[in-house]
Amino acid sequence: MFFLNFIIYFVIQSTLCMEDKYLQDISDIKNMMNRSSQFISLSGLAGIMAGIYALIGAYIGHELIRNNYDTTNYNNIITLESTTFKLIVLTAFVVLLLSITTASLLTFNKAKREGETIWNSTSKRLIINFMIPLVTGGIFGLLLLRNGNYGLIAPVTLIFYGLSCVNASKYTFRDVRYLGITIIILGLISTELSGYALEFWALGFGICHIIYGSMMYFKYDRKLIFR
Amino acid sequence: MKNIIQNINKAFDHRIRLGIMSVLMVNESTDFSTLKELLGVTDGNLASHTKALEQENYIAIEKQFIGKKPNTSYRATKEGRKAFQNHIEALEKLIQKR
Repeated sequence: MFFLNFIIYFVIQSTLCMEDKYLQDISDIKNMMNRSSQFISLSGLAGIMAGIYALIGAYIGHELIRNNYDTTNYNNIITLESTTFKLIVLTAFVVLLLSITTASLLTFNKAKREGETIWNSTSKRLIINFMIPLVTGGIFGLLLLRNGNYGLIAPVTLIFYGLSCVNASKYTFRDVRYLGITIIILGLISTELSGYALEFWALGFGICHIIYGSMMYFKYDRKLIFR
Repeated sequence: MKNIIQNINKAFDHRIRLGIMSVLMVNESTDFSTLKELLGVTDGNLASHTKALEQENYIAIEKQFIGKKPNTSYRATKEGRKAFQNHIEALEKLIQKR
C-alpha cells in the first residue's frame, strides 16, 4: 500500500512538471517571436527629448518670424533668399540633428542594458521602413519650397512623418503607431488652418512626442531601470 | 488526453529547436548569425539543430554568397509551419486542462 502511494505521488509530480515545462515553452515561443520581429530597445526618453528640442526650435522660429515683422517695411513675406528663412531652416536642421543623436545614444544604452545589439536585422528593418515615407516627404517638401508652396510645408512634413511612424510601428512598439496616426490627423487639420503652421508643428513634433515618449518611458523603460 | 499528447511534436521538444521555429514563423527568412544571436547558442549547436529540423522537412536551408562571404539563411516550409501550429495548439490545450 505504501509502495502504491509512492508511485502515484511520483506520477502526479511528473505530470505537474511537464505542464510547467509546456507553460515555459509557450512563453519562450512568444518571447522569441516578439524579439525576432520587433526592435524593443527604442527609448521613450528619446521621444521626450525630441519633443523638447522641437518646442525650443518652434520658439526660436516664432521669435525669428516676429523680429522679421518688426524690422521690415511692409515687406513681411519671408522669401527663400532672406536671412530669416535661412535661420529657420538652420534651426530645423539643428533640431533634427540633436533629436537623431539623442535617440541613437539613448537607444544604444537601452540596447546594451537589455543585452541586445543595436544593429541587427530588426533595427535595420525598422530604420528602412521608417525612412521610405520620410525621405519621400522630405523630397516632396523641397519640391514644394522650390515651387513656392510655403503654406503646405508644415502639413506635408507632419503627414509624412506620421506615415513614417505608422509604417515603422510594425517593427517596434505599438505606441509608435498611435503617435503616427495622431500626427497625420494634426497634419490634415493644419492643411485647412494654414495660418497656424508653426503652432501645429509645435503640437505635432513637440507635444505629441513628449506625451507618447513619456507613455513609452513609463511602460517599458522604467521597468528596466528598477529591475 | 491521449490525442493531445500525440500532437506534441517530438521534433520541437527542445528549447533551441522551439526557438528556431518561433523565429522562422514570424520572419520570412533569417540568416545563421541572426539566429545565433537571438538564441544565444554556439555555431555547432545551432547547426546540429537546424540540420535536425531540415531532415524533418520543417525548414529549408538556402546557401548563397554575399560578396565573398558565404551566407546561410533559413525559412520555415509549409509543412513546418503546419506542424508548429499544431504543436502550439496542443501545448495550449494541455495548459488549459489544468
